[in-house]
Amino acid sequence: MNGEGNSGPVFADPITADILLSVNGDERPITVDTRETLLDTLREHLDLIGAKKGCDHGQCGACTVLVDGRRVKSCLTLTVTVDDREITTVEGLAADGSLHPMQAAFVERDAFQCGYCTPGQLCSAVAMVREVADGWPSAVTADVSGPAVLDDDEIRERMSGNLCRCGAYVNIVAAIKQVGS
Amino acid sequence: MRPFAYERATDVRSAVAACAAGTADGAGAVYLGGGTNLVDLMRLGVVSPGVLVDVTRLPFDGIEETAGGGLLIGAGVRNSDLAAHPLVRRRYPMLAQAVVAGASGQIRNMATVGGNLLQRTRCSYFQDVSKPCNKRVPGSGCPARRGDHRNLAVIGQSEACVATHPSDMAVPLAALGAVVHIEGLGGPRQVPMPGFHRLPGDAPERDTVLEPGDLVTAVEVPPLPFAARSRYRKVRDRASFAFAVVSVAAALDLEDGMVRDCRIALGGVAHIPWRAERAESALRGSPATEAAFAQAAAEELAMATPLPHNAFKVPLARNVVVRTLLDLVEAP
Repeated sequence: MNGEGNSGPVFADPITADILLSVNGDERPITVDTRETLLDTLREHLDLIGAKKGCDHGQCGACTVLVDGRRVKSCLTLTVTVDDREITTVEGLAADGSLHPMQAAFVERDAFQCGYCTPGQLCSAVAMVREVADGWPSAVTADVSGPAVLDDDEIRERMSGNLCRCGAYVNIVAAIKQVGS
Repeated sequence: MRPFAYERATDVRSAVAACAAGTADGAGAVYLGGGTNLVDLMRLGVVSPGVLVDVTRLPFDGIEETAGGGLLIGAGVRNSDLAAHPLVRRRYPMLAQAVVAGASGQIRNMATVGGNLLQRTRCSYFQDVSKPCNKRVPGSGCPARRGDHRNLAVIGQSEACVATHPSDMAVPLAALGAVVHIEGLGGPRQVPMPGFHRLPGDAPERDTVLEPGDLVTAVEVPPLPFAARSRYRKVRDRASFAFAVVSVAAALDLEDGMVRDCRIALGGVAHIPWRAERAESALRGSPATEAAFAQAAAEELAMATPLPHNAFKVPLARNVVVRTLLDLVEAP
């Protein structure tokens, strides 16, 4: 309760929803505040701390996860909206104890320094390579009516939603090119 | 963030009823599409709806051909799918180019066509709740006119607001005369672009002509065979993932070195995607030369009333129009 002279906002009680969330192949029953983002649910309630909180405004890409195979920003995704979707986080990329080819390429090419942006870079890169294979154009594709070739310019443009404060971009491009071509 | 009720719409009528009811009882119901703008604005405290009506499960996720060679694009189509569609890329290259020029891959996977149109016309003051803003709090004032307005409007702005509509997609849609299909309390209706978005005037809080409860269900792009020769060119402060400083969508219909018909729209210069009708009129029937293009662009931009820090946009817009049209002349 706010007293006189304290004009801070008075919030009503939280509104919650009971949902089943499918993450990395596991269905998890969970009660979420409707305001909760997928990023917060993963990190705070499901102990999946691979996806990182960078800007929390959809600009840095550290929170990138896959929803039904497509890369999205989990910081702008309300958890309550994805109860019927299949979510894949960086923890779900490796299969049977062996690294995903993109993870192996990041290690081999030294594509990170501090590693904070890396889970988002990996999820983004895995989905991006698939987008190119599906023939999606980008802003640097010379002829939008035709297919794209995954050269350095295409990789840089298509990965522009993932920032790296260490500036590991040169090796990130090399790692993605190794997997995508 | 204020707590809100979440409802998932399963049919159009109940969605419209839910949103209109939520609006009428003061709870401030809004539709949720991809959420890339709305959720961010909620997080910033700029908007505080009491009810979110999720419309992403409604059957508006397809792209259909219309009689005569146009396209009917469902409002729920994701931006990525719009740009990747073979008919969009072949018939309206400037539309595919504009979509992939916007935001990032992740955002385009989330954002819907309807939501792209309905993202807020905005500036940094609109997003900062510690500052006045006539769009966010009507009558509170506009700090941008004497503050940071380098990237704000140079055409059609008002004393109340100088924000720009940030959509890339909406620029070629305005050039193409796309028609917005709307379902409202009174039934369905259609609003052609331009005409869907509003200039700020003295009511900058209203970005569009939509009424409470109105739901955008589709965008119809009319047939325009010469749009196969079209292009979107965007100038921005960094190479990717940035709003336009100025952008141009243009289509040219050439015959024997003359402009038989053309379409031109500008982004980054106004509160709405700006259809350059004066330039189009000036060009029809004129030679397809650099001089004619510069003259037409100058006629359009004669109405510009820039502020001290964004006057550079006027010659920039002229040059980008000329360069884009020349590219189309030189295109194979």
